[in-house]
Amino acid sequence: MEFTQFLWMTFGVFVTLCIMSFLYKDNPFYKFAEHLVVGVSAGYFVVILWHTGLVPKLFQRLADGDWYYGFLNSSNLEYLIPAILGCLMWTRFSKDYSWLSRWPMALYIGISAGLAVPLEMSNRVNKQLQAMMVKIDWANFFGHDGFDLLDITNGLSQLLILVGALAAIIYFFFSKEHKGAFGHVATLGIWVLMIGFGASFGFTVMARISLFINRLQDTFAWGHQSFDTSNEHYSIFFPIVFWGLVLFVTGYIAYEIVTHLRKKATTS
Amino acid sequence: MNIFEKFMKLDRRWVYLLLITVCVLTYVADFDVPILVEKEVKVIYDRIESLEEGSVVLIAIDYDPNSLAELHPMTYAIVEHCWRKKIRTIFTSLSQNGPGMCDQAIRDITDSLSLDREYNGVTYKGREIVNGVDYCFLGFKPYYAIVILGMGQAFKLPFPADYYGTPLDSIPMMQDIINYDQVDLVVDISGGNITDAWISYGQGRFGFPLALGLTGVMTAQYYPFLGSGQVIGIMGGLLGAAQYEQLADNPGRAKDGMRVQLAAHLVIILFIVMGNVGYFASRKRLKKEGRA
Repeated sequence: MEFTQFLWMTFGVFVTLCIMSFLYKDNPFYKFAEHLVVGVSAGYFVVILWHTGLVPKLFQRLADGDWYYGFLNSSNLEYLIPAILGCLMWTRFSKDYSWLSRWPMALYIGISAGLAVPLEMSNRVNKQLQAMMVKIDWANFFGHDGFDLLDITNGLSQLLILVGALAAIIYFFFSKEHKGAFGHVATLGIWVLMIGFGASFGFTVMARISLFINRLQDTFAWGHQSFDTSNEHYSIFFPIVFWGLVLFVTGYIAYEIVTHLRKKATTS
Repeated sequence: MNIFEKFMKLDRRWVYLLLITVCVLTYVADFDVPILVEKEVKVIYDRIESLEEGSVVLIAIDYDPNSLAELHPMTYAIVEHCWRKKIRTIFTSLSQNGPGMCDQAIRDITDSLSLDREYNGVTYKGREIVNGVDYCFLGFKPYYAIVILGMGQAFKLPFPADYYGTPLDSIPMMQDIINYDQVDLVVDISGGNITDAWISYGQGRFGFPLALGLTGVMTAQYYPFLGSGQVIGIMGGLLGAAQYEQLADNPGRAKDGMRVQLAAHLVIILFIVMGNVGYFASRKRLKKEGRA
């Protein structure tokens, strides 16, 4: 690993520590890292959109003519229509002309709805309903290859999906009071929803821990690189940078502790 | 104030500190935890394993750096598996920050493929992975739904050139690949709602076999599509990636992180139990005192 690459790695570790310092309290280092992430993401997005959207889809198509005449002799002048519609979006900033932005919006929403409605209906409603209404496989009630509760194609799973879906739907049916047998089914619906939310929560915990594990792996890799004498580009600057960051972080922690103790002494 | 009430008022920063300490210590302590492979992950592995040499797999890298921790290990495991089996891959990246992720993965895995390796008892000779022959990286285009529909007609409609600017017509691998009809499997590795578009506009419209690699947060939401047969398999979060690594006999970052996951989950479960015990104990005491 070259030294410049190592410096970027060090910066990554530094920014990680900046973000994680928020767990203790809000501080300037956290703010710096937060603004950096937002700024870099937004900047990157704009550049990507420019190079993958506007340049190839509009400018290059218009530029078969002569750039110097502002595309006027282009053979693809029809591409000016979406360009003008795109520009009309910006009229939202004007009180007098903001109504013009409704035209591109209407076109955009019309196309999106036309594309989405039949496909979404077919794939997110009809196919899901079909999956719920399959014939229950009584022959393989507990699993196809022996007892397997995690097999979602066994009869028990099919029964659970049917009963669970109906109970959850009934919970959201408010035209009838949730009393008696209807109320019991609605209560079952709450349980089904809670189990679903619990599963999502478990996965979310795993996701958050995964993010931390990744930063841990990178931080340990950075620590290893700092003293890896087998690296052909290794120099004394690697450990110097390492100890520099360690010193900086330790100094900040010490500063926070002293400030905290002073505040405590003043209040008591 | 009894011990339960003290627990209820515990500063959350102590919980963070304990969790961080446990994670760091578990990471340093080098041990393996057994990984139980689920059916929905094995289906994906088996499907790729069953493909002939020269088959085509489309891998959609639809995630940003904020999902890298969970999804990058999946990409590495699946792409290496495909390339070791000499399966041709097409990469797309319909998330704006995805091309960087994809480019990095391609470079790293290309390096790894140059070495001889043994997976599941089979020795694979190291070989050079050639852009345009073994893979084609189409890059990013905005408005993913339109792009997915466009690729169903012809890949060159939304992507006249690949990520590196080479026209698709002059890429050797793409000479016999026109649209999804020539693709044997689509794997969407995603950290956002592009997956919905792959299901509705891609699989629903063109009927190709679709496998998903998802972040943990998204996983539970997509299980109904597994039950309905719209997707063939799901890899959920770091655990899904670890299971694939286990199947492919290619341990990587996901498997390395599983012991930390185990310890962190135990700590969180412990705090949930303590919090609940504290809550019910203090409620009982307040009831007794007639204050609740």
